[in-house]
Amino acid sequence: MQEELFLKLKSIVSNYLPDDVSPDSIVATSNFIEELNINSANLVDIVLDVEDAFDIMLENEDMDGMQTMADAQSIIKDKLANKG
Amino acid sequence: MDERIVVTGMGVCAPNGIGLQSFAESLENGTSGIRFQKELENLNFSCQVAGKPNIDNIKLNNYFTNVQLKDLNATGLIYGVMAGMDAWSDAGLEQYSEQPDWDSGIVFGTGILGVDKFREAIYKVDSGEVRRLGSTAVVQTMASGISAYLGGMLGCGNQVTTNSSACTTGTEALIMGYERIKSGKALRMLVGSCSDSGPYVWGGFDAMRILPRNYNATPEEASRPMSASASGFVPASGAGALVLESLSSAKMRGAKVYGEVLGGAINSGGQRNGGSLTAPNSGAVVRCIQEAINVSGIKPEEIDAINGHLTATSKDSVEIKNWSTALGRKGVDFPFVNSFKSLFGHCLAAAGSIECVGSLLQFHHQKIFGNINCDDVHPEIEKLVERSKIPMQSLNVAPKIVAKASFGFGDVNACVIFRSYTNT
Repeated sequence: MQEELFLKLKSIVSNYLPDDVSPDSIVATSNFIEELNINSANLVDIVLDVEDAFDIMLENEDMDGMQTMADAQSIIKDKLANKG
Repeated sequence: MDERIVVTGMGVCAPNGIGLQSFAESLENGTSGIRFQKELENLNFSCQVAGKPNIDNIKLNNYFTNVQLKDLNATGLIYGVMAGMDAWSDAGLEQYSEQPDWDSGIVFGTGILGVDKFREAIYKVDSGEVRRLGSTAVVQTMASGISAYLGGMLGCGNQVTTNSSACTTGTEALIMGYERIKSGKALRMLVGSCSDSGPYVWGGFDAMRILPRNYNATPEEASRPMSASASGFVPASGAGALVLESLSSAKMRGAKVYGEVLGGAINSGGQRNGGSLTAPNSGAVVRCIQEAINVSGIKPEEIDAINGHLTATSKDSVEIKNWSTALGRKGVDFPFVNSFKSLFGHCLAAAGSIECVGSLLQFHHQKIFGNINCDDVHPEIEKLVERSKIPMQSLNVAPKIVAKASFGFGDVNACVIFRSYTNT
């Protein structure tokens, strides 16, 4: 489950990597902006793609707290759990 | 301040050719880029033909990053980036510098950008889904999106801006860039313009009944500048781009030179004396042409060829009359005159820049490119211009000085004078 979530998220995030950053560099703790060099404007696109992929809805506060792959995974897990 | 300014790079994304070579071949051979557009038929347009660059086989990854390509839905932006980046590399300039190039700037105009993207946004906003617009709804639809994208790709650190003056836009951008270098504020300026494709851009003109309605089965005959049977302009899209550079900078880099910009003029008829939002004040047009000649330090009789605005409406004869008055020349003494719009239609905001590229290619190829669809020259035009001066095929005549003008809604005018480059 954990691994599946990571891979799904990784494939979304890899769409927003600069051309010179390999998807292989995405690890469970990667910081989107500082480590993966993702443009901060694209975080909203990642949020939208996550919503579609996991059929959940993220609030503005969720986005504010989503700086790393780990943050995103934990937020997604909570949302999925609450969905019942 | 007496710095000469030359064109050292060009790029083009036109309905009848992408890239300089293909575009020049089409201009030389009279190859039309105007096609029937099923989409316009489906939408009940009266005019169902248009000129649209065919980018199906273009590798957009050569121009955009993967992230930029995601959700990209702005045709003018695509054409503009292609033309702009091509012009830059044609000039032999570096694209991937670490630091901004403080001496290089951009004036890249458009009429309206990212209309299809804007349509997406309107649907989402109207259905209460503003939060789902994504991150690129702004940058793809702001007018200056085109100069902003190019500025980042090329690392330009001088002025980076977008101008907008309807169908004058491209020629105006060139003159604005020229003036910035002339005033010593930049060494190089990428100038150009782009225009989106599609029904949302072209629809308003169809509604004005100023597009040809009778050529849906014969698209290549639809655009008829200077002809007695001209019945409106063919809507089109695309982009043109030119690198302007001080001659000293060009020489220092050992850059090739397409031609020299001798000078230009921009004015408005104030929507007085016959001018309106949609029609030109002829007095202002004459004044603009004469001013361009004066600031260029040439005499009217030195002009070998004119590339007109000449859109293929009934106003073409008025334009020719204005040229004739401004230059004090007529009959066999009138310069050669052509309108590339016969081959690709009216690219609106992109028209001026694409046609400036074509005008300059005439120096490079030592030709005056021909017109099509005006075997039946308008009688009012024939009174002023001897037929041999309206070539129906490209001529092996190497022009020395070419005048190019563009006129636009809002009663705005721009005229620029180019000279073939001689290293003296």
